[in-house]
This record gives sequence, structure tokens and C-alpha cells, in this order.
Amino acid sequence: MNIADELLNGSRLALSRAITAVENEHDDAVAIMQKLYAHTGNAHVIGITGPPGAGKSTLTDKLAKEYRRQGKTVGIVAIDPTSPFSGGAILGDRIRMNDLTLDPGVFIRSMGTRGSLGGLSQKTAEAVKIMDAAGKDIILVETVGVGQSEVDIVKTADTIIVVLVPGLGDDIQAIKAGILEIGDIFAINKADYDGVDRLNTELEMMLDLNQVKTNWRPPIKRVISHRGEGITELADSIVQQAAYSKESGQFTQRRTERTKSELLAMLDEQLGRHVRKVLSSGGKIDQLVTSVEKREKNPYTVVSDVMESILR
Amino acid sequence: MDNESLKAKVVAYTEKVVKASAKFPERKNIEYNRLYTPLDLEGMDYETDLGLPGSYPFTRGVQPTMYRGRFWTMRMYAGFSTAEESNKRYRYLLESGSTGLSCAFDLPTQIGYDSDDVISEGEVGKVGVAIDSLADMEILFDQIDLGKVSTSMTINAPASVLLAMYIAVAEKNGIGADKLQGTIQNDILKEYAARGTYIFPPKPSMRLITNIFEYCSKNVPNWNTISISGYHIREAGSTAAQEIAFTIADGIAYCEAAIKAGLDVDAFAGRLSFFWNAHNNVLEEVAKFRASRRVWAKIMKERFGAKNPKSWMLRVHTQTAGSMLTAQQPENNIVRVALQTAAAVMGGTQSLHTNSKDEAMALPTEDSVRVALRTQQIVAYESGLADVVDPLAGSYYVEAMTNQIEAEALAYIQKIDDIGGAVVAIEQGYIQREIQDSAYKWQKEIENNDRIIVGVNKFQIEEKPVEGLLRVDASVGELQKKKLAALRAKRDNVAVTAALAKLEAACGDEEVNLMPIIMEAVKTYATLGEICNVMRKVFGEYQAQATL
Amino acid sequence: MEKRVRILVAKPGLDGHDRGAKVVARALRDAGFEVIYTGLRQTPEQIAEAALQEDVNVIALSLLSGAHNHLFPRIVDLIRKSGMTDVLMIGGGVIPDSDIPSLKAAGIAEVFTPGTSTTTIIDYIHANVK
Repeated sequence: MNIADELLNGSRLALSRAITAVENEHDDAVAIMQKLYAHTGNAHVIGITGPPGAGKSTLTDKLAKEYRRQGKTVGIVAIDPTSPFSGGAILGDRIRMNDLTLDPGVFIRSMGTRGSLGGLSQKTAEAVKIMDAAGKDIILVETVGVGQSEVDIVKTADTIIVVLVPGLGDDIQAIKAGILEIGDIFAINKADYDGVDRLNTELEMMLDLNQVKTNWRPPIKRVISHRGEGITELADSIVQQAAYSKESGQFTQRRTERTKSELLAMLDEQLGRHVRKVLSSGGKIDQLVTSVEKREKNPYTVVSDVMESILR
Repeated sequence: MDNESLKAKVVAYTEKVVKASAKFPERKNIEYNRLYTPLDLEGMDYETDLGLPGSYPFTRGVQPTMYRGRFWTMRMYAGFSTAEESNKRYRYLLESGSTGLSCAFDLPTQIGYDSDDVISEGEVGKVGVAIDSLADMEILFDQIDLGKVSTSMTINAPASVLLAMYIAVAEKNGIGADKLQGTIQNDILKEYAARGTYIFPPKPSMRLITNIFEYCSKNVPNWNTISISGYHIREAGSTAAQEIAFTIADGIAYCEAAIKAGLDVDAFAGRLSFFWNAHNNVLEEVAKFRASRRVWAKIMKERFGAKNPKSWMLRVHTQTAGSMLTAQQPENNIVRVALQTAAAVMGGTQSLHTNSKDEAMALPTEDSVRVALRTQQIVAYESGLADVVDPLAGSYYVEAMTNQIEAEALAYIQKIDDIGGAVVAIEQGYIQREIQDSAYKWQKEIENNDRIIVGVNKFQIEEKPVEGLLRVDASVGELQKKKLAALRAKRDNVAVTAALAKLEAACGDEEVNLMPIIMEAVKTYATLGEICNVMRKVFGEYQAQATL
Repeated sequence: MEKRVRILVAKPGLDGHDRGAKVVARALRDAGFEVIYTGLRQTPEQIAEAALQEDVNVIALSLLSGAHNHLFPRIVDLIRKSGMTDVLMIGGGVIPDSDIPSLKAAGIAEVFTPGTSTTTIIDYIHANVK
């Protein structure tokens, strides 16, 4: 199968295979992405993050349905943590989006964090590009915001929604600070629970303190996602945020930053790989490690020497 | 005997045992002490903690005479294929000595779908009888006197409809609803948590349940309006303490819903019933039964302020543990069921279903179900276990276990209260996660040989394929489709449409009790699927929030 | 190489007994697989489409309601029609031995009946996944 061509022709199987190719680093992954890249840049990417139990998957499901009502096509990337012990994962977000499985305008892919250092955000970005190239109007990226990788993922979105719930036992302070600062819109889910007003107030106070130098004050939207309440209003605020973002230049600025950091990340990765490859031949790395351990050489000199020999 | 002297002796005994274990190591992983003495019951008071059978707190049984007056009801769960076939099986069971009926419905019926619905393909008549309309119900109870026999129906989400059909059948045979005895399972919370045959979301489901409580308190006073079930929670993998804790938490939620709907607790509580599992650890199960009665009695009296002693009594139906049946060496299952029966009887159950040896693989044949029934009869007539009320009372172990299970259960109930009650706990997946964790632990124990299942991970043989299993013919689906087509042609479709429209309007008004309107619809021969689809339209469908 | 074996654990039809499916899903996760669990009440179409979107290597069907002879072959058929040729399909639940040959003929590679250990299933997948 010529994956890139068939994908551009509308094959869902090709879309699926393309994502697998980049996730598993197949030999043809680069070639596929090269072909697809020109067709990317059209989708509106929305990141959805928040603590476990906030109801993100249900919210994603309802938001996707809202977009379908508007006649838009939707791609969803749902990310769940990989077990650091076994390397396996239960990818359980799909269960809350069962209605969408047979909708031909929706494509859902579950991904594990796979415990890699930084590799996740790259692979997620590629999955997003693939769905983008396949013509999806909206791409929802849903992830648990408890690790640095996950924060990195949503930072690459055009719109970032942070989902919180009242009374989950934690004050805002306990939630990772990084997420709260990047939120473009806050959604208080399960808004019928006790403590919703208190949470709202705490969020407002935090937003007052962190007033960033933009004219966009992140709105706080109340939703009850399992009942589908507040979803239309949430979608409206996304439209408003996107409009503001485009007018103020923030949209372009973010995308430029995203492209830059992706490019640098890819370069880092390739260079790092090359260095590792060079050093692993003939057990060179082990020799270097031994000499550093024995204090025959210091690591700074070692690095300097290796860099010189590679860059020559 | 003084306590200090006994304590010293127990210490010496323990040292001896530990020394001897060096030579003959004890089997691992037994949760309980090896020995129980009066020391383990320090602080217990016979009057307050045990009392007499038939008196608060009912630890020793809900009736004073228990089986001396009357054996437990031998009620065998049955149903498969068509109403005609199941009717035959019911009459066979009654002739063989079973003293109550218990109806198993197929999955489409349990989930409110007609046999000709696309989603019913391949499922019709497989796990129970297919009931599409009052016409099928009439056939199901042909030649059975509903005025004389009590019937339990394992039906939950559409319980209102099946109950309406049952009442209609009785009416047609000149039997008033006030004479009817039986039970509907009608326990939606455990469906969300462990069994999976839900239809509507929690709020409208609770409304249907409280509507039934109210309707029956006035019109069907001898009917058990709910069988709050722990059986399935245990089958899903929970421990004994979790089984009763989560079930009683569900019971608390039902009581709160009914009271909120304006019912007086004593108006409905006397007709609540329960459903326990009879699992393999015989004495632990006896303790579990006894603990459950004491916990419920205290909750009804102290928490809900019920005044009528009938409201404090936990009456229970029991089923032997299906999940403990093995496909390997199926004859062994007869032995398992016998032990589980002994547990249920010594535990004081009001009614009992015993599984058949072939049920790890299929529904039971006539021959194997007969042996299952005989198991109950042998325990009743030959073993002496039914001759004395609460025979194990006073056993240091059983009383200590009763206390321990009670304490564990109360801790879980408190936790669920802290979360906000059973409904919230299920929404948040707390109960499901606890059950799954226990299930996984159990499986790991088996795979590590820390828990032995005879014939499965020890004492295996080269298995021969089992012959003569019951098979439900695939043609049942076609048969039911034809029946439905004929029904729709014959009935007064104008009346059906009118009745369904009336139902739709009533569903939208929370103040209306839906039972009378469902009764009307049922009598026009509106089908189960048609009635449930109206309710689906107004109430919506439950979205499972699975947690893994 | 970052390859992980991806497994769809699915419950086709109306059967609500998910203890086995959940225990197996957890065991598979502990063995290093990526498991997508569909939840209850899946139609054959939903299972086939989820398998395609997730590009799974294995589909594990759990069914205790006796509807396996009707549902399993339909799922195999849809998977083949969708162009997924290398998927290992296995089943488990309450399935009489006498039904297994025809299920295998229809394309179910192996059926795991009551009493099977999770280790057996994991070893089988390792040995047979493409």
C-alpha cells in the first residue's frame, strides 16, 4: 500500500497505518511524512488536559459531536499513561466515545505515553499532522496533565482547554502549575457537584495573579459533559479565542514557535541518535565510561573530543 | 477460667505451632488465625449482638422458627428459548419438588429489545426465555396457578414492564394482584457496577424503582419489589465483605430515593429483599450472612428510623457461586454446590438456587438440574443442618468472623457515604475499581498456585469433551420474529399507539407513577421493545463510564 | 524500535459479564502490551472500525452469552473486508468445545475457555502475533 497517496485519497486504513508507521518508527515513516507535510496546516488543533477524573474523555466526546453537528470533520488523539514497570498500557479513553466509532467524519486514535523522554510530544505532533493531512477540520488532543511530556503536547495546540472538577480533593495549588498557566479556556466539568463556586473563585484569583501580557482573559466555562450541558457555550468560547488569537498574531506566533521547537527537537533527536550510534560501535561508549569512572578522563573533555571528531 | 491464664496458654500454643511449622510448614496465604478462643469474643454481649432468631438485630435469623417451621424455598433459576420450552421446564421443576419459580430472561428481553431488533441477532433465547409481549408471558405461565406459586423474575431495567405483564396474566386468570407473591430483581445500581444490563441513566431508573415501590405497596402488598443483589458483585470478583457492603450501600441509596419521593420508610422497607452469593469458603459465608443481617437491621432502625420490625429484617435469596464452577471435571461441581448449599442453609437463607454441574459450559439439562435440586433436598431432609436454628452460633471462629466481616463492611459503607453515596461512588468508578482489584488479585493467586482450584491448577486430568450439553437452537430467533409479525397484525394498533403516546407524556412528568400506564400499554399487546423505546426516547440511555 | 503490540479487547453483543475481559486486559497490560478496551455492547461494525482506527495486531473477543457462533464470524468477515490482513483474532468466554472447530474455520485463531490462565493467553500472543 502506498500509504501517503491512499491517505490523501481518503483511505482510513492508510491514515491508521501512517500513524503506526511514525509511532513505531518504521523505515518508511520519514518518506510518508515528507509527502504529507505540504497538506498540513489547515486543521484547528485543540488540546484538552487536566487531572485524572476530570471527565476529559466525555468532554472530548461531546465537543466532537458538537463539531459534527456543525458539519466539521474531527480527529481525536487520546493519550493515556504507559506503565513504567511493564511498558504496557490500558488505553481506555475510547470507551467514552463509543457513539463516534461509526461516524465516518470522526477518526479516533489512542496512544500510550510509552515512557520515552520527550519522544511522545513528537509522535503526537506527527499523528496530528497525519490527521491534518487527511483533511480533518478539527483535531482534539486529549491527555492527562500530570507529566512534563503531556504539558509539552498541549503547548503545541492552537487552543488549550484545561478541564477541572470541583471537590476532587485538591486545591488548584496541587495541580501542576505548568498546565494552569497555558490554559486559553478553563472548563469546570461536573459543574453540578459541590464546590463549583469555590473552584471558580480560586481560578479567577489565580488568573488575576498570573495576568499575562495579552488581552485574552481565559474564560471559565461550566459544563456537565455527561449531560451535554454547556458544550455549545464552550465551543463558542473556542471560536472567540481562535478569533482573538488570529487577530492579535498569537496564532501565527504559536505556530511559528511550534515549528521551531519541532525542528530543533527533530534535529536534537537525529543528532543524539547519530552520536549514540557512533559511540556504540566497537564498544567505544563503554571505554569512555570506564575512563571517566576511573578519573582518567573528565566527562567535559570527553564530550568536547567526541563533538570535535563528529563535527569534523 | 480466667482470661490471663487462657492468654498465656494461647501464647504457649502459638510458640509450639510456630516451632512445629519449621518441620511441617503451614500452607501459605490463609487469611484467618489458625485457632479461635473465647478471647476473640471479648466484649460481646449475647442479647445486643446476637439476640434470638426473629428478634433484633436478627443475627441468628429473621424468623423465629426458621427451617423448623418451613424449609427455605427451593427456587431454581430457569428459562431459555421460547416461552413454550420454558413453561415445560417450569412445570418439570414444580413436579420435581421445587417450591417456587425463578424466571431467567434472554439478554434482549433484559435490555428492552424485541426479538426482531437488529441488536438481538444471535442472542434470542440463549441465556433465558424470550419475552416480547404479554402473549409470550401468557404462554410462559400456562397451566401454572399464579395464586399458589411465588415467582421471582430476574429483570432489572424493564422490571416495570415484566411485572405489569405478570399482573396482567394473573388478572386474566381471575387472580387479583393482592394475592400475588414473588419478587422482581429491579436493582439497577448493581447493573451499572457489575452486571451490565442497564438501559436508562440513574435518575429515571430510580424513578421507575420508586414508582414500583409505591404501586406495589398499594396494589401488590405481598410482592418483593426489589432484590438488592450482592450475588453479581461477588461474581464480578469482590470479597465477601465487599459483597455485602456494596449491596447494602445500594440498599441505602434506594431507601433514600424512596423517602425523597415521599414514601414513608415503613411503607416499603418490609418488602425489600436481598440476594447473596453462596461461595466456597463455607464458614466465612455463614459469617457473612449473619453479619449482613445485623448490619442492615441497625441501619434500618438507627439510620432510617424505621419502626416496623419487618423493616429491619434482611430477607435473602441465595444462589451458589456460578464463577466457582469449573469446565474441568464437571462432576466436581456437584460437590462444590453441595458445600455451598450447606453454607447458605447454615447462614439462614430464605430461598436458594443451586447451580448444575454443566453450567460452566452451558445452560443445564433436565438431568443435571434435577441433581442440583436434589442437592437442596438432601441437605434439607438428610443432613440435619436444617433441624436447628443458626447452629453455628457460639462458635468462636464464626462469631469472630461475623464481627470481622461486619467491621469491614461498615468501613466500606462509611467510605461510600464519604464519597456521596452509592450512585456517586458508581459514577466515579470507586465500586467498580474495588471489584476489579479483588478480581485481579484472585486470578493472580490462582496463577501463582497460592489458591488451588481442584482440576484446574491441581489434580488435572486429560479432559474428554463433554457430551450432551443443552443447546438453544438458532431458529428460536426466527420463531420469535414470526410470532411478533403475527402479533402486530392481529392486535389493535390504534390502541397500542394511543397507549404508547400516553406513556411518553407520562414519562416526561416526574410526578406521575408510570406503573398504571405501563399496565395499560402491556394489555394492548404493545411489545417490550416498543414500550422501552418510548422510555429510551424520553429518558435517554446510560453511557457506561468504564474504568479499568 | 518502539514497536508495541496493540490489542483490542472487545465485548460483542449484549453480554454484560466483563470480569474476564477486564482481568485479561490488565494482565496484557502487565505483560507490556497496549490494550484498547472497548467496553460493553459492541456491534461487529464497531469492533471492526475500532480495530482499524487503532491499527491493532490482535483482537480478543470475550463473550459469555452463547451468541459467539453468530457474532464472531461476522467480525472476522468485517476485518478482512476492511483490508486488515495480519490481525490475530482470538476469543474467550463460555464457548463449548464442540463449537471451536467451526469458529477456527471462520478465522478465529484460538479460543480460550474457562480455567485458562492469563499466562497461556500471553504466551500464545507472543508466539503468534504477526
